[in-house]
Amino acid sequence: MGYEKINFETDSGRAVDDEKLQRALVNVTNRFRSARQKASSEVPGWDELRTLGREIKKETIENLDRYLLMLEENVKKAGGQVHWARDGEEACAIIIGIARRNNVKSVVKSKSMATEEVELNTALEKAGIRAVETDLGEYIIQLAGEHPSHIIAPAVHKTKDDISRLFSEKLGVPYLSEPEELTKVARERMRSEFLNAGMGISGANFAVAETGTIVIVENEGNARLTTTVPRIHVALAGIEKIIPRYNDLSLFLTLLARSATGQKSSTYVSFITGPRRKTDKDGPEEFHLVLLDNGRSGILANEETRESLYCIRCGACLNNCPVYRKVGGHSYGWVYSGPIGAIINPQLLGIDKAPELPFASSLCGACRDVCPVRIDFPRVLLELRHEVKESKAEKGKGFELFIERISFRLWRTIVTHEKLYGAASTLMYYLLKPFRGKGGNLGSLPYPFSRWTQDRDFPAIASTPFRERWKKLKWEIGQGGPGKGIR
Amino acid sequence: MVKVLDRLGVDVEFPPEQTCCGQPAFNSGYREDARAVAERFLIVFGNALKESRDEETYIVCPSGSCTAMLKVFYKELLATDPEQLNKLEIITKKTYEFSEFLINVMKTADVGARYDGVVTYHDSCHLLRELGVKDEPRRLIEAVRGIELREMELHDSCCGFGGTFSIKFPRVSVSMLDEKIDCIVGSGADTVVSSDMGCLMNIGGALSRRNIPVKVMHIAELLAQTGSERG
Repeated sequence: MGYEKINFETDSGRAVDDEKLQRALVNVTNRFRSARQKASSEVPGWDELRTLGREIKKETIENLDRYLLMLEENVKKAGGQVHWARDGEEACAIIIGIARRNNVKSVVKSKSMATEEVELNTALEKAGIRAVETDLGEYIIQLAGEHPSHIIAPAVHKTKDDISRLFSEKLGVPYLSEPEELTKVARERMRSEFLNAGMGISGANFAVAETGTIVIVENEGNARLTTTVPRIHVALAGIEKIIPRYNDLSLFLTLLARSATGQKSSTYVSFITGPRRKTDKDGPEEFHLVLLDNGRSGILANEETRESLYCIRCGACLNNCPVYRKVGGHSYGWVYSGPIGAIINPQLLGIDKAPELPFASSLCGACRDVCPVRIDFPRVLLELRHEVKESKAEKGKGFELFIERISFRLWRTIVTHEKLYGAASTLMYYLLKPFRGKGGNLGSLPYPFSRWTQDRDFPAIASTPFRERWKKLKWEIGQGGPGKGIR
Repeated sequence: MVKVLDRLGVDVEFPPEQTCCGQPAFNSGYREDARAVAERFLIVFGNALKESRDEETYIVCPSGSCTAMLKVFYKELLATDPEQLNKLEIITKKTYEFSEFLINVMKTADVGARYDGVVTYHDSCHLLRELGVKDEPRRLIEAVRGIELREMELHDSCCGFGGTFSIKFPRVSVSMLDEKIDCIVGSGADTVVSSDMGCLMNIGGALSRRNIPVKVMHIAELLAQTGSERG
């Protein structure tokens, strides 16, 4: 179930026609939006906390090399092992290697976008290792053979009915209409998986450099089980997940929980520092932290877009994005969706793999307003658009791109010469006149403006451009003196 | 805008050399083209300020989006050129979006307008989120005689225009627009007002296509009304 080519225009077009999906998206985004709104307004100085969050992340990312080594040292001190993965393939190989050395046949997983990013489940399956997702949303997605469509709510695109059908088809249970019944079935299946798994795989919401602690937030308790019941615990974390100090957690846990789900705190917050100690009653015998680059050091090297790495994956930008609200997660074609997907998918995959995504935004800035670390999404999107046009990322679009370039060059010539500009306005008036419909509006224009007029009208061009009207207007003002001239 | 400013006793000049701020190219990734247009803009308006020789000369723009281009994005576009940045600073200090100018410079909410109707205000994304102008247009609308301002649901949500976005991804754009239209109609207003021609063109285009009898007005158009227009 690998990811296919990113095709935002086609996929988003399909999404806006899908009535069931539209209802699901409105429900989930409304719910998360109002929850975040309420939770953030309860905290005095919320915006100052966001500023502080940004400053800490900025300092961390700018000194990432130092903090990463500190993290490695402290994880080792706590008895854990650290592995460095340059890309997804290496990450999978490392994790499969750990499983094989320990003769692990089946693993349980808690929710992790990083494992999704490296397509770990596919790799494990190929290696003959059974992997079971234990977050309910991820479990549903895994049964359906799909990908998550939201960073924190992977199965938002599914209705209750979809899930009832899926369970009865895949798990051999009767059609159950109550969510409680469905959850019970999943819970029963998972219990035996937890007990039989030789290894638990998790992500990490934060990795604390100073103590070597990884922190996992969740609401179902499945991550707690994943990281404590099996004999081995492997955590996969992107290198940007690091925060410097243990004390920073109070800030970041607040920012994350309130921005993501509107909770004061998630139901479970696990702090994991190394494997079980002699004095511990339980916990895994081995703890491995796999640190994933997979394109992140490329983002780090780009001063203009570096702030993309500040993201703490709360999903608030998705819930508040008017585009995401219409197109859902799958339209973005890869692991991450919404505004954060539009900026990091092209950077992690390579800009030539996703040149459409930086354009898949109306630049409305709603994402920036809610981002707990104040990522300036519009600025980064604009920077990436520039990079797309400067690179050969769109070479597949040969002719269309050529026309676009020529058009902008022509436009530039016109708008840098006021006489041409005046003449062009008049020319447009005459060119577009035959397309006038009811009320003088233009109802149907030729390509590419047909893309506008297929579902809305275009206003007619004024017969007299303002610069012409101005001459008369100025005379009128002059006649009466200020305040008395025109009526 | 000229009518309203004239009514307030402002001496209005229109530098005839002016054209566009360059935003379409900038937003599409064509920075070189945008830069040429921006540099010309700085010359035209730099000269206009110089010629006026009056300290109290301002550049007023009836568009949140164009004003944001000037005040926010030119810095980005011209970042590597200190000479242009100096020119820019002189200009941005004097530049205001129309409603911002009336409230914060002219210190006037009541511009002597009359409009008998129920109005709902659509926040232009750039005016609201790039320039932080939220209350100014509302104060102006509320001061109009005979008017009722009725907020719509999701008043600060994008209408789906987004410049070339509306042509690159028309299905998504129109889907966003549909929701905006529902909010406008749901408010029960007979007139929708905004501060950006882009939004108004988009919203107006959908209202007209669907034969929805809600009027579309730029805030300057509304403030220019004296009540005699409706007969």
